[in-house]
Amino acid sequence: MIRELHNKLINKEITSVDLTQQYFDVIEKKDKDIFAYLTLTKELALEQAKKVDAKIARGEKIELLEGIPGAIKDNLCIAGVRTTASSKILDNYIAPYDATVIEKLKEVGAVFLGKTNLDEFAMGSSTENSAYGVTKNPHDLTRVSGGSSGGSAAAVATGEAVWALGTDTGGSIREPASFCGLVGLKPTYGRVSRYGAIAMASSLDQIGPLTKTVEDAAIVLSVIAGQDKMDATSAHSSGKDYTKYLTGEVQGLRIGIVKEYIDGLGEKEKKAILEVIKTYKKLGAEVVEIELPYSKYSLATYYIIQPCEVSSNLARYDGIKYGLSINDEKESGLAENGMPKKLLETYLDSRHYGFGKELQRRIMLGTYALSSGYYDAYYLKAQKVRTLIKKDFEKAFEKVDLILAPTAPTPAFKIGEKTEDPLQMYLADMFSITANITGVPAISVPGPEVEVDGKKLPFGFQLMGKWFDEENVLRAAHAYEINK
Amino acid sequence: MLDKNEVKHIANLARIGITEKEMDKFSHDLSSILDWIAQLEEVDVTGVLPTAHITGMSNNSREDSVSDFAEKEKIVALFPESRNGYDKVKSVL
Repeated sequence: MIRELHNKLINKEITSVDLTQQYFDVIEKKDKDIFAYLTLTKELALEQAKKVDAKIARGEKIELLEGIPGAIKDNLCIAGVRTTASSKILDNYIAPYDATVIEKLKEVGAVFLGKTNLDEFAMGSSTENSAYGVTKNPHDLTRVSGGSSGGSAAAVATGEAVWALGTDTGGSIREPASFCGLVGLKPTYGRVSRYGAIAMASSLDQIGPLTKTVEDAAIVLSVIAGQDKMDATSAHSSGKDYTKYLTGEVQGLRIGIVKEYIDGLGEKEKKAILEVIKTYKKLGAEVVEIELPYSKYSLATYYIIQPCEVSSNLARYDGIKYGLSINDEKESGLAENGMPKKLLETYLDSRHYGFGKELQRRIMLGTYALSSGYYDAYYLKAQKVRTLIKKDFEKAFEKVDLILAPTAPTPAFKIGEKTEDPLQMYLADMFSITANITGVPAISVPGPEVEVDGKKLPFGFQLMGKWFDEENVLRAAHAYEINK
Repeated sequence: MLDKNEVKHIANLARIGITEKEMDKFSHDLSSILDWIAQLEEVDVTGVLPTAHITGMSNNSREDSVSDFAEKEKIVALFPESRNGYDKVKSVL
């Protein structure tokens, strides 16, 4: 889709300003029902588009993404633009700097339409934890768009953006991509710099694209990947043009499947995944059964590591440095004795009113697990189980090039269906979370649709690759896309 | 099971003000999550090293040098309370 629009731009069939305006028109018409966007950056977008048009008018060469409008998840900083992470605690936060991914996208002249909705601080699987409202699924407005990058997914699926950026800590790019019928890529941990992404769980967070096609995802990844001196965990630059690997074939590629993953699915979902496997076999891939015995502990491991890192990362929101500050000199009655009252009251009140319930739950869970006497039993234990899960993957990758699994257990669920029970919500990530625990790259690709209550809904499957082997992940995803 | 006193203690450590009414819900939710993650107890991790960095890379360091942030006033504008370009912090004594 990006290449098509690029060709229209260079052939002067359309200008970037017109293209951008068209997308704002769609947003105006449709976003009241969808609620994908929290903030629109119209002035910035048109200014970016004008520059591209001037370049084209001067006969200069432009990049593939140049002048093409996209959406940015609202936990990524754009200088001078409100960046809330969908939290009341950052309601008034204007980012003073650009995230590295934003800087890179600006360098190639990409256009930003606005900032999209998410679960507060990217914690959730449905955007129902957003402090500003739920993003609805464009395929069925009574259903969730997925989360946490639900706004980014709904924006692209509705035609309110050509491409979007999301973040993925436990499936937050891939699950909404699956729910909205899109391609969603979580690169290898470290492939993309996290500088300027509002930190959630730093050993798991990654930024990646949500797009309509695999080629679009490859185009965006080629721009945002690379080492960054501002992120000490970013990996050596690949400098690769990932579109070069989209050969359309998978002959001889070895794809691993885990029997328990597929057997545990509902009948219709199982049928969809088996159909995908059949397609790959037909295309000449070798499908091999593999075992990942420790992967069943991924979800529990995640729900120790993630809350611990959250409790530490979110300690900075204290009502003193920036963000919401409840400093009313009134006694709220929330403070315990033993600390200077006014300081403690500011902390307690700001975090009481600034954070939603799910955040408070996770911060408290992490605080408990890291508190004196519990560290070995929880965090350290989880980090050791993480090693075992990683070893499972290392062993599997001696036999196969990719692992195929469902992205989520079901298509999009109904709004309100899982909000009462946090554990039920967590289970939506049971297949996606392993890629974050192990750090491997993973993509969600639209598979055969699944019928629920008489309605056909998008349902994605997932391909996980070896560390830093985005090439084969994209190649196999693309081969399915054009041959299904 | 985390009782109300433990929940109160954790909330205080986490610097989150919670009301009496919220304590019951947190006590219930946190306990059920802890019961569920207790499944890790069955995993034998004898001799297993913890994973701190998943791809095993070592830090990518840069020179520790002072550089001027060009838009200081934008940071100052974010302070809840400022005086002469400084963040005003409450007395801690």
